[in-house]
Amino acid sequence: MQIKTMAEYAAGGESPEILFWVGCAGSFDQRAQKITKAFVTILDKVGVRFAILGKEESCTGDPARRAGNEFIFQMMAQNNIMVLNNYNVKKIVTACPHCFNTLRNEYPELGGNYEVIHHATYLQQLIDAGKIKMKEEGSFKGKKITYHDSCYLGRANNIYEAPRKVLEALDAELVEMKRCKSNGLCCGAGGAQMFKEEEKGSTRINFERGREAVATGASVIASNCPFCMTMLSDGVKEQGKEDSVKVLDIAELIAQQIE
Amino acid sequence: MHIIQELLFVIAFGLAVYLFSRKAGQIRRNILSGRDVQLNDEPALRWKNVLLLAFGQKKMFRKPLVAVLHFFVYAGFVIINLEILEIILDGILGKHRLFTPVLGGLYPVLIGCFEILAVLVIFGCAVFLIRRNIIKVKRLNQHELDGWPRSDANYILITEIVLMLLFLTMNTADQALQGHSQEHYIATGPFWVSGQFTSILGGLSDTTLIAIERGCWWLHILGILAFLNYLPYSKHLHIILAFPNAYYSDLRPKGKMENMPAVQKEVQLMLQPELAGSEPASDVMPKFGAKDVNDLTWKNLLDAYSCTECGRCTAACPANITGKKLSPRKIMMDTRDRAEEVGLLANKEDGKSLLRDYISEEELRACTSCNACVQECPVSINPLHIILQLRRHLVMEESSAPQEWNMMFSNIENNMAPWKFSPDDRDKWAIEMNS
Repeated sequence: MQIKTMAEYAAGGESPEILFWVGCAGSFDQRAQKITKAFVTILDKVGVRFAILGKEESCTGDPARRAGNEFIFQMMAQNNIMVLNNYNVKKIVTACPHCFNTLRNEYPELGGNYEVIHHATYLQQLIDAGKIKMKEEGSFKGKKITYHDSCYLGRANNIYEAPRKVLEALDAELVEMKRCKSNGLCCGAGGAQMFKEEEKGSTRINFERGREAVATGASVIASNCPFCMTMLSDGVKEQGKEDSVKVLDIAELIAQQIE
Repeated sequence: MHIIQELLFVIAFGLAVYLFSRKAGQIRRNILSGRDVQLNDEPALRWKNVLLLAFGQKKMFRKPLVAVLHFFVYAGFVIINLEILEIILDGILGKHRLFTPVLGGLYPVLIGCFEILAVLVIFGCAVFLIRRNIIKVKRLNQHELDGWPRSDANYILITEIVLMLLFLTMNTADQALQGHSQEHYIATGPFWVSGQFTSILGGLSDTTLIAIERGCWWLHILGILAFLNYLPYSKHLHIILAFPNAYYSDLRPKGKMENMPAVQKEVQLMLQPELAGSEPASDVMPKFGAKDVNDLTWKNLLDAYSCTECGRCTAACPANITGKKLSPRKIMMDTRDRAEEVGLLANKEDGKSLLRDYISEEELRACTSCNACVQECPVSINPLHIILQLRRHLVMEESSAPQEWNMMFSNIENNMAPWKFSPDDRDKWAIEMNS
């Protein structure tokens, strides 16, 4: 596989269909790198002409902004917008709902106007267009899968159905947690919590969510966010179920079943 | 005799309206002391929100059973106000059941409907009292409600029950008197509820019946006027402010944070110094974030006065569920309490602020910005906006952040990622896949 950067496309006088915004977790976090690789594998199989920014990509500034540090956010955002506008980027797909939210909702008033799509929606579009073909006998057929709504895809941007439609394509049995969709319980990572210890309390938020997810009896917890991935994996571990319950990103699930 | 009653009524009514408007004016000034923000775009969508969220109570129906009971109380309150119109006109003009001749056969039907609503209001309020005081529903018994807020809730429910009982007793006595050829008590036709109970009062003399009817009439209307003046001091103010609050609610995606143009500009000049000089520099040092209520927007303050402390936000808050100190309801209650306090200061300083004197850093730090509180609020309150503005003050004015956040900030600044990785390794995964 040959993953090209925007710079390489530009050097050849070409432009890709989409820019895949990898995000910091997808780039550096070992677990999230697997999501990145799974998504890229799908793009490659489907034949989407995509590019990454490579070393030119920076943090969107989301955690800094939510922690209260607007200066760092603005520095990151304006820098990224300069890079993106320089390449005349039109369409961005990202596998991180935090990057998605920031790029889609917060960059326009700073001069960055792009069509921004979360990979859940993008995968749904590829499935609907018949571009993703699933294997005949799916290994998830009849298996119970539960889906965890990330706050930044769900409540923050009202995207609840696209990821569920993607999961339907697996022919699995989708079991919902009691707190789902707009009632979904946070994994505990948003608002820059990912980067600090929780405040004192009776339990951790990801333990609470892990317990709820395990209680559905599902063998797979599907997520759409690299931060949720980390939090839920720890939550499942706390329940002692890491061998029987897997936390997988929807891109990983599709990548396993794609023909 | 009549003229004295009319005079007393007009005085009581005038006084009640005067006192209410004075307090309402104070609250209006307190709210408008907040930072200005433009929330007038897309009027069609805003009116739709008023219809669905305020009139239609759409979000209440996320908990259907409570929603139906609340709808009884709400509909009862709004619709019985039509009857109050007759009572006020009767009071001013010294008439009795002024609308009877006008409405004819429709009159007892209308009153019958009001009476059924009154019974439903009593039922609803009774269930609510049981939920608060006997079943002790968790969100209605958390510690931020200790003291006045808990009493406030009970006073409201008890007052509503008493007012409805007075209304029904008044009608029963009236029905018993009809046909006794007393001057005022003309036949209206039977009322659906009170008409069933006239036999209870059957043995009483006309004088006693008139005393009961008049007594209930006066207590009912004076009770309503008193309740009107209780509203501005109570969480019950939501019955008025829920409507403007729905109109002015944020229409943008919940994930979008408010921009800070001053910082945007400063960073712009840093990154593109060639832009400097084209605009005159401002001498005013901008304030970053919010420390006290005047730093918040007027919508934040309107939110605070609209809060009825139902606690749906807190019950959905992941931090609160897992035992952290943060409670979005407390954020709103604190903001209102502080706004009232600052309003009474009349521009003097008291050395206190919303931050720390009311809301602690520990509460603010526990927020995951998950928007569950915003999603849940039936009257379109946004506690998250306040939390994030206070966080901005902490970090940008006081450099107060947990050590881990400071490391995250410096990682982003130096390595373009919140973790300490080399920016050169950002595409390492791709190189692995390429080979």
